[in-house]
Amino acid sequence: MASVDKLTVEIVTGERIVFTEENVDMVVAPGIEGSLGILPHHAPLVTLLSEGELRITKAGHEESIVVFGGFMEVTGDRVIVLADTAERAEEIDLARAEAARQTAERSLRERGPGGVQDLAVAERAMARSAVRLRIGQRRAGRRVPTIGSGSDN
Amino acid sequence: MPSTREIRRRIRSVRNMSQITRAMEMVSASKMRRAQQNVTASRPYSERIEEVIADLSAIELDADEMNQFPLLQQREVKRSAVILITPDKGLTGSLNSNIIRRATRYVLHEANVPVEVIAAGKKGRDFMIRTHQEIAAEFTAIGDRPTLDDIRPIVEVALNDFESGKVDAVYVVYAKFVNTLSQVPEARQVLPIRRPEGRGTYTDYIFEPSPVEVLNALLPRYIEVQVYQAMLESIASEHSARMVAMRNATENAKDLVTDLSLSYNKARQSQITREVSEIAAGANALR
Repeated sequence: MASVDKLTVEIVTGERIVFTEENVDMVVAPGIEGSLGILPHHAPLVTLLSEGELRITKAGHEESIVVFGGFMEVTGDRVIVLADTAERAEEIDLARAEAARQTAERSLRERGPGGVQDLAVAERAMARSAVRLRIGQRRAGRRVPTIGSGSDN
Repeated sequence: MPSTREIRRRIRSVRNMSQITRAMEMVSASKMRRAQQNVTASRPYSERIEEVIADLSAIELDADEMNQFPLLQQREVKRSAVILITPDKGLTGSLNSNIIRRATRYVLHEANVPVEVIAAGKKGRDFMIRTHQEIAAEFTAIGDRPTLDDIRPIVEVALNDFESGKVDAVYVVYAKFVNTLSQVPEARQVLPIRRPEGRGTYTDYIFEPSPVEVLNALLPRYIEVQVYQAMLESIASEHSARMVAMRNATENAKDLVTDLSLSYNKARQSQITREVSEIAAGANALR
């Protein structure tokens, strides 16, 4: 059971449930207007999310999830994150993110005939891979125990 | 009476066919399991987004504010669009014709206005071209595991046509997945959005950046999710319909082999009888 002064957090994407946890102490989310922290008894809130790291703190442990755009609704002690894309930090494939960053960099440098639209796509890909790399690398260096993931990492 | 050799040849070819249909049945069975999992996995998102929209529908909007949300506008319907989701391939028993029949019923009887078709899937597209319907866009080869990104272009077409006033309502026709044995073709309205019953307890939401921007980002996503869900259910329906069709084909082949074996044995026996009596007759003649 979720107790009164804790949060219930659900992070879902169109394809799956990425994360769900009760009795959470704090959520720090990448809101569109800057990072925002949610504690229990927060006022009802709906916000757009930008790309970045969503941190969930529970009993001293911290879970890190990368989200790329979406929404967050906070009502009472329930936090619902409807992310466009989301991954747990430990799911990040560093090699793939690095490859993606290089591809994006190259297409930015060489700027093909596609013009503005291609540029926007490349810039987005660049930003995404940068976020993935930053969070993935930090996690790989730190190796902290995470909530609910047990010994499977 | 066909000769024993002909019957034997037929038995062999029917056996070969049944091997193929059995293999296809097993392929469909595993694809179906996959597709069903996808349907279940995507459900939480659509349930949550519905909840969020229901929560927000407690907020009162006056006419001026309503005008800022084109997707909520109920207009007099002069033209409508239908997103027709069908498989690309056949061998699905009666599934394809059932979906198409449902779409036809909508176009001919229920709409009462000109209808444009947004075809997702080859079978539906082919039918609509054959019957000279107006096709606004077509999407094929969507695959067995579409992501939200894959169906975004489909929704884009519908949203553009709705917002530009070209159409005043958008429906989705798809095969609702009930269970392995039952798939029901369904026509569901997705645009304009009907606000769900307000169950929200809060009316004093903080919006970042603003209510208009949040809702205008949220509402198209809601449509996407509905179409995505319909797509996933259609895929699950397709594979289960094909699995059942292939199982029936395998059973039929088995029956056919039994019948043919019987005629083969009869033919063989009568041949032997004939040969024996010929030999006996020959022996008699020599005596």
